[in-house]
Formats: sequence, structure tokens, C-alpha cells
Amino acid sequence: MSVLVDDDTRVVVQGITGGEGKFHAEQMMEYGTNVVAGAVPGKGGQEVSGVPVYDTVHEAVEEENADTSVIFVPPAFAGDAIFESLDSDLDLAVAITEGIPTQDMARVNKRLTETDTRLIGPNCPGLITPGEAKLGILPGNIFSEGNVGLVSRSGTLTYQVVDNLTSRGIGQTTAIGIGGDPIIGTDFVDALELFEDDPDTDAIVMCGEIGGEDEEEAAAFIDDYVDTPVAGFIAGRTAPPGKRMGHAGAIVSGSGTGTAESKISALNDAGVPVGDTPEEVADHIEEFLG
Amino acid sequence: MKLHEYQAKQVFADAGVPTPESQLADDVDGVVAAAEEIGYPVAVKAQVQVGGRGKAGGIKLVEDEDEAREAAESILGMDLKGYHVDRVLVEEAVDFVNELYVGITMDRGEGKPVAMVSTKGGVNIEEVAEEDPEAIAREHIDPSFGMHPYQARKAVYDAGVDQSVARDVSSVLTTLYQLWDDKDGADAEINPLMVTSDDEVIAADAVMNIDEDALFRQPELAEMEEEASGGDELEQKADEYDFDYVRLEGNVGIIGNGAGLVMTTLDLVDHYGGKPANFLDVGGGAKAARIANALDMVFSDDNVDSVVFNIFGGITRGDEVARGINEALEQFDEIPKPVVVRLAGTNWEEGMEILNEDLVTVEQTLEDAVQRAVEYAGEVEA
Repeated sequence: MSVLVDDDTRVVVQGITGGEGKFHAEQMMEYGTNVVAGAVPGKGGQEVSGVPVYDTVHEAVEEENADTSVIFVPPAFAGDAIFESLDSDLDLAVAITEGIPTQDMARVNKRLTETDTRLIGPNCPGLITPGEAKLGILPGNIFSEGNVGLVSRSGTLTYQVVDNLTSRGIGQTTAIGIGGDPIIGTDFVDALELFEDDPDTDAIVMCGEIGGEDEEEAAAFIDDYVDTPVAGFIAGRTAPPGKRMGHAGAIVSGSGTGTAESKISALNDAGVPVGDTPEEVADHIEEFLG
Repeated sequence: MKLHEYQAKQVFADAGVPTPESQLADDVDGVVAAAEEIGYPVAVKAQVQVGGRGKAGGIKLVEDEDEAREAAESILGMDLKGYHVDRVLVEEAVDFVNELYVGITMDRGEGKPVAMVSTKGGVNIEEVAEEDPEAIAREHIDPSFGMHPYQARKAVYDAGVDQSVARDVSSVLTTLYQLWDDKDGADAEINPLMVTSDDEVIAADAVMNIDEDALFRQPELAEMEEEASGGDELEQKADEYDFDYVRLEGNVGIIGNGAGLVMTTLDLVDHYGGKPANFLDVGGGAKAARIANALDMVFSDDNVDSVVFNIFGGITRGDEVARGINEALEQFDEIPKPVVVRLAGTNWEEGMEILNEDLVTVEQTLEDAVQRAVEYAGEVEA
């Protein structure tokens, strides 16, 4: 079973005629994802790897009943591409693009509150329900079917932790890469809620990192609402106080939060064990599953 | 990308924010000439990208030519928290009665811009934020509408700014938001915004951070970037190669793909008793040449005693990584520092076939790779 994506999901790939868009559309189809259309302005009427291309997402929805988009559009145009998805009444939009200006994402974020579309990303690897479908760039072969839900801010760290799980024979219901940008759509709390409500998810892995307060918020949510056991990992315990952190940002959040210590202790207080290494995360999950 | 003070002040002044008269100088005579023109007293301020310049001796108030020479000699060429000072701003010293703080930034928790005003300016505002958060008024802005004038006024009155300057401070805040919005700012701050005995406000400092991802649509600011960048030699090299790179104190060099995985590698080095020498993220989809550049980068740090390569391919391909490692190492008669390689994910098997195993140590798991690199690096020299 799965959350958000399965083999009935009807996918339109925005930017399918680009190098990345084409390559990953093919990879997704090879994995079993139901890619029904592409959308690229000016390329309507073409075909890419057997998939019809439309000028707009609206057309893809009308003609092919697309309900989900995966966005491989360059950063300068990606904010607009996300707006197009949101305004096409899709159920789900997955933005892979890295490097979208933050102010564009703030406007997208506002729009999100006015539509029913769920956004995943941007700057994320996407999501996968092993054995059914994948949306995005995750390497399908390292995942396996099972009963662990995974949510992560970091793409490659997701792969690492999944590798530790799969190599012990622990499979996944769905793995969701939510992306590490300052402003994202679906966050930890949203993903935890989905896994908590999924009868087939028996344990959850949550991979966070330093910066922001999303992990602290997730810990509070777990404490109040989540009965499914959760194991955590926080990357960046040894990272120096960020040279990049502009100081106005620190004023907003106060400097006591956002550190690895504050995230780990918040999670521990919510009953979530946090592994020192990805191996230890797999140990905890193994214990949960008995 | 952070602008220098003199650049940010120019941007603010062009938009109509009152700023003190000032001139940039890069030698002692230049400082004196600028001071004569502006008229004493003046402040001589090091133009480097670090906070706490005053406390570190990088800002001096001078009353006459002798003091100006003395200040210029001590500041120009000094090493300020690792940054070489080669330029100073000579600036009219403003006689003030009050110091305020105004700033605009993105509140990532809310996903919205936020305007901040405080009457506790002129000091370390981060400390104020932590110890007395109520002393900073905050007003969130809807980015699709921009800042309404009432919001600027509300923030100013909430902060308790004196009635005599409230209108001018609101106007500065509105201008600051407009700039932040137009220029793709990450942060725009004035600390302190000085209030004179004549009830005038004037920006005595200026901070402007630009969203790097938006530089493509800010050509004028992108031109300033070359001037604005700086820092130590390795960091400049990282800028040239376009890597996310942070230099650290240890001796295990770390290269990986994806910030989360690289940070995890750092954490594991520490976990197994080693000390990371750096954070280097090659990013997604790196080709062979970029991998070779990453190795060149880490080899040029004298503190590095061993290197661990941790690549988990998704969009990045193992065969490209292996080619890059070979390319970088085959030019040496003798490998300068031992290199441990761990390849997983997309095309790792192809990568392992290509990789010249005479030049590197291969490990299958992250844990083994890190432990081996820590072992090779040995103790950090004191």
C-alpha cells in the first residue's frame, strides 16, 4: 500500500522535452509509473518516448485526465510552472527543480493556501511507492516493498537510509523526499499525518537536518498525534554554526533553535530515538517491527 | 551573496534611504584625503564580510589627520577574523541621540517575508532577539501584495519608536521592503538606524544579502558579486569551482553529493573519532571534471591528511564519479594524500569497474569508508 502515489496515478511531466525531463520520464515509466502526458509551452503536438506533449498543463488534464505533475523546469521558470499546476486543479504537484528563488516560493506558498493541490518540494528527489510508481529522480532499484514510511529533507541521505533498511530486508510503503529549501510544500508534519493514517505503515523514519524549526514542530506533532513508532536521524551535528546563516534569519527564529541538539532533544522528548548513524536508525526500526 | 557595507549603502542611498556621506579608500593618503573632504570627525571602517568589526578593532572614530593616519595604518592590511582588510570606508561621524534597528527577511517557518523594528538598535540584535524577543516588533507581509503602508506604521508603533521620527522610520522601512522585494533580498537590515538631535534618521550601517538563486535576474548585483566575494584562498577557489564548501578545523577531507549526506559523513567522521577538515558538496549530477575539481580543492588544503569520497548516486552517476577520480589522481607520480572511495546508487557497478583501484582504497559501506579515512588521517596535529 501507499500514500499519495500508486500505479493509478496519472502523471504529466512539465519540462519533458528537456534533458532531465526526458531521461527521468523514461526512468519513471520503466519503473511502472503511469506517465500520460508532457507539458512544454511551444512543444504541443510532439511526442516524447511515446508520450503526447501539450502546450499547457490544462490541456494535459483535459485530454489525458492527468491528476499529478512532476516538474523538471529550469529555476527561472519553475515558480511559474508550479503556479500552473496549482491552477490546473491537480491532486499533487512534485517540483524537482533546485535553485528556485525564495521569493518566488513565498508567492507559491501563498497560492497553496488557496487551492486543494498538494505540493512536494521543490529541490527534492520526489517520492516512491516501491513496486508501484515513482515520481521524480529517486533510484528505484534500492527501494523494496514493505511497511516502513520514510520522510526526509535530503535526497541522498534518503538513499543512504533506505539502503540500510533494504539491505536488512526491511521494505517501505512510501518514501517522500520533501526537499531542503527554506520554503517547501508538504512538510514533516503533513507526511507524518499521512503515514499515521495509512494502515499499512507500521513504522516511520524521519530524516532531518540542521536549520529551521520543522523537526521541532514535527516532534510536537508526534507527541500529540502519532501512535506509529518513529525513528529519527538528524544530519549536521558537527557542522559549525553556519557561515551562511544571515543574521536577520537568526533573529526571527532566535538562535536557540535549529541546531542538531535542539532537534534531537525535541525528538527524544517525544519518544523518538535518534540514531547516531544511519545503521542505528535501521536498528531502531528493526526493534519496532520485532 | 552578501554585499559589502559600501555597496549596500549605495543601493540603499539610490533608493532614497538617508545615509552618511562616505568615500572608499585603499591606502593611508586616500583615507586622509577622504576625511579632509568629508570633514572631521569621521569613522574609518574596514570593508570585510564579518560581524563585530568594531570590537575586533576594524572601526575607529577619528578627530584629526594624525588619528586618521594612525587608524588607516592599523586597519588597512589587518587580519580581521581571518579576512584581510584591503579597503576602508571613510564616513561622516553622525551625532546621534538614539539607535534603532530595522530589517526585512524571509521567515522560513511562516513562508512569508517579515519586517522587524526595534528601539534596541546599535547592539548585537541577535542577543536582543534571544534575551528580550518582545523588544523586536515583527510584521509578516503577504508577498503577493507587498507591504501595506499601515503595516510599516504598525511595526514602528509596536516597537515603541518615538512619535517625532515614526513617520521617517516607517518610510525607511517601506523603502527597505521595496528594495528587498525588487532586488531578491534574503536579508536587508540597518543597524543602527541613527536618530539625530534634529529628529532626522540616518543609516549608519547597511546589510544586504541577495538570494544567490535569483542573481540571474539581478545583473547589476551580480556584477557587484566579484567585488563582494572574498574570504580565504580556499573559499575563493570554491567560489570559482561553484562548490558548496566550508573549511573546518580537522584533517579528514570530505567530498560527497547532497548537503544532507555530506553532513552525515562529517558526523560519522566525528563519531569514529576523527575531525572533519571541510564540507564539500559537489551537488547533483556532477560530471567527471567537477569531481576532479573537488579533489583538487581538497588536496590544496594543507591540513588535510586523508580524503573520503562518499557518493550515493541518484541523478549523479557512479561511472562519471570514477572517471573524475581517475582523472584527478592519474596526474600524480605519487598520490599526495590517501583517498577512500565509497560509491553507491546509480551506475555504481560501472563506476567500480572504471575506478583505478591502484590509486584509492575502496570500501562498500559508508561506515567502513569513514573509519578507514579516519585511520589514515591519524591524530590532528596540535
